[in-house]
Amino acid sequence: MKTVSIMIVGVGGQGTLLASKLLGRLLMGEGYDVKVSEVHGMSQRGGSVVTYVRYGDKVYSPVITAGEADYIISFEKIEAARYIDCLAENGKIIANTQEIDPMPVIIGNAEYPSDVLDVIKAAGASIDSFDALSLAEQAGSAKAVNIVLMGRLAKYMSIDKEKWIKAIETTVPEKFKEMNLRAFELGYNL
Amino acid sequence: MKKLLIGNEAVARGLYEGGLNVVSSYPGTPSTEITEFLSKYDDIHSEWAPNEKVAAEVAFGASLAGARSACAMKHVGLNVAADPLFTLSYTGVTGGMVICVADDPAMHSSQNEQDSRHYAIAAKVPMLEPADSDESYRFARDAFELSEKFDTPVLLRMCTRIAHSQSIVDIGERKEVPVKPFTKDPAKYIMMPAYAKKKHPIVEERTKAIAQYAENCPYNTVEMNGGEIGIITSGSCYQYVKEALGDSVSVLKLGIVNPLPVELIKNFAAQVKRVIVIEELDGIIETHCNTIGVKVEGKSLFTPIGEYSQATVKKVILGEEAKPAKADVCVPVRPPMMCAGCPHRGIYYALVKNKVTVLGDIGCYTLGAQAPLNALSSTLCMGASVSGLHGFNLVDKGNSKTACVIGDSTFMHSGVTGLINIAYNATNSTVIILDNSITGMTGHQQNPTTGYNIKGDPAAKVDLESLCRAVGINRIRVVDPYNIAECDAAIKEETAAEEPSVIISRRPCVLLKSVKPQSPVTVDPDKCRGCKKCMTLGCPAISFKNKKAVIDHTLCVGCDVCEQLCAFGAIDTNGR
Repeated sequence: MKTVSIMIVGVGGQGTLLASKLLGRLLMGEGYDVKVSEVHGMSQRGGSVVTYVRYGDKVYSPVITAGEADYIISFEKIEAARYIDCLAENGKIIANTQEIDPMPVIIGNAEYPSDVLDVIKAAGASIDSFDALSLAEQAGSAKAVNIVLMGRLAKYMSIDKEKWIKAIETTVPEKFKEMNLRAFELGYNL
Repeated sequence: MKKLLIGNEAVARGLYEGGLNVVSSYPGTPSTEITEFLSKYDDIHSEWAPNEKVAAEVAFGASLAGARSACAMKHVGLNVAADPLFTLSYTGVTGGMVICVADDPAMHSSQNEQDSRHYAIAAKVPMLEPADSDESYRFARDAFELSEKFDTPVLLRMCTRIAHSQSIVDIGERKEVPVKPFTKDPAKYIMMPAYAKKKHPIVEERTKAIAQYAENCPYNTVEMNGGEIGIITSGSCYQYVKEALGDSVSVLKLGIVNPLPVELIKNFAAQVKRVIVIEELDGIIETHCNTIGVKVEGKSLFTPIGEYSQATVKKVILGEEAKPAKADVCVPVRPPMMCAGCPHRGIYYALVKNKVTVLGDIGCYTLGAQAPLNALSSTLCMGASVSGLHGFNLVDKGNSKTACVIGDSTFMHSGVTGLINIAYNATNSTVIILDNSITGMTGHQQNPTTGYNIKGDPAAKVDLESLCRAVGINRIRVVDPYNIAECDAAIKEETAAEEPSVIISRRPCVLLKSVKPQSPVTVDPDKCRGCKKCMTLGCPAISFKNKKAVIDHTLCVGCDVCEQLCAFGAIDTNGR
């Protein structure tokens, strides 16, 4: 099979690494060759972060470049646009509509382009956007945005829901298990 | 058992299974997790050393005593450990010794883009370079035997994309290797001229022997796919080549990148019409090929700058470029920044307010260089803020207000020597130690000032005030960076003092689990005049909506620094 490429983009501190860990486990459990690439260190301090997840029969490169991403999971509204050049021709964007102001916006040197998702749609990209933050809060914690988005991704991928649930159970800490499972369902059933 | 591991965890697992007894390291992205994962094994000794030179020397001592040892560091850390490295090459080892060094092409979290393969060549020690987690595991595990076989430390070169990428590893069991008995051997271990002179020829012979070994060792592999194009590559670049070109080209993948083989390369080159070397950063393999008379193309096609990818290879070799989707929208940059409630912010605000020229150092606080604080005038390397300030003041002679900022861990690493110099050679320098009780940027490692060791157990704690006093500083004061007035007074008085001084800005990192956030502050929109004074702090929790400041309660930790700036009493601290 052709290698499938998933990009997870967001803001440092949003829990993108846990999402990629979950995906990695799930896909390995399905018997695929998997590579997950993340960047630690300075960029994590509230900066724009990107994680690459790739799976297939044999995966070579750990990174995703222009025109290769089958899915872009955007944890924040404008981050989807930042990496739009990576989207494959028939790729899909799953985007949280949550807005987090970057520093240039905070200090008044730039405008936050609130219409960014409309612009992406106008450019012809397939996009599924929704307020994952509210759903996460509904599940019990704003921190569960990552699992809400994974729930949405699960809807598009052809892996049994039970396997997702099992992967969540083995990835998140025991005391947050129930809350994360609620978050997953909210994203999945949206 | 198959596991999905980042390269660094795979290295840790490999070292562990290979019989490692002692690891000593200083944290540095992208190498930190190697030692963090090793610290989880109770049957080996692991520790954070104050710097990479100490770490490498601890590993040396453990090897001298007969045990298998290792240290891990980022590329610039090897600059610090270069002193022991060059002579370790002469002494060789008793127990196998592995030095893990992680390069950071594209400088995701570094101040330069140096290529550590130069060190392997200069110090004349073998260097292995894995291309995925499985190789990271196997190369690390087997490196001890290579080290003992050739009586040399072995460098294991990682890079960000290998260190921080997860791929599948089939792990095994730990091999218990008995510690060899120590026997005093002056000719091997005392590197004074008489002995060192006898050692150098041995090192040269050893390099030849390892080069011979590299001719058909398991680390170098050939995949023949026709006689048109042959690619010579190593590490992460191998993956990009395979991703971009698949089985359409022949590939010589080098797992041992120093010393490089001769016949293997010549034979490979003889079977193809065109040989291209694809290596990130410097053209080291290319230079070797030129030296042995093999005609190759390399840096004439590929840049020495930054990271490559499959797209780089496709563009250069195939002339193919993706036509990506574009959205006609201006996306503002999102640089990393100091966290809401970061204790560095208050002291920076006071420094900027007093128009102090500030020499900076390496850590989270380097982010104070960015807008809106723009607080720093330099960042060079670990400890350079302190020694640099002395040099600056020798020329400035008190014409301007100057200071330097350095974190607690960086001060331990190599700041204290600069402070000794300030006291000894007497400039009226003001050194500000940003003591946040942790090594922050690399992800919260303990250090000698925190009172805890790598396992989180209580440990001896360096008393910074006593240390500064002991090296000859008389003016030492401690301030709370959440108290702007206190910081302001300290900066005014100490930069004006006619002698060296130290200000310790003390407040634990807000991300530490032991730090409990206070209730968030709120802007009273009726009192807020929209003057944006609070926004000069560059706090990510504060934004500006409808001509008023707004504070994000999910981010605010109630540090109350913004409240101290507001001239209109518009920020409510819940009665604090």
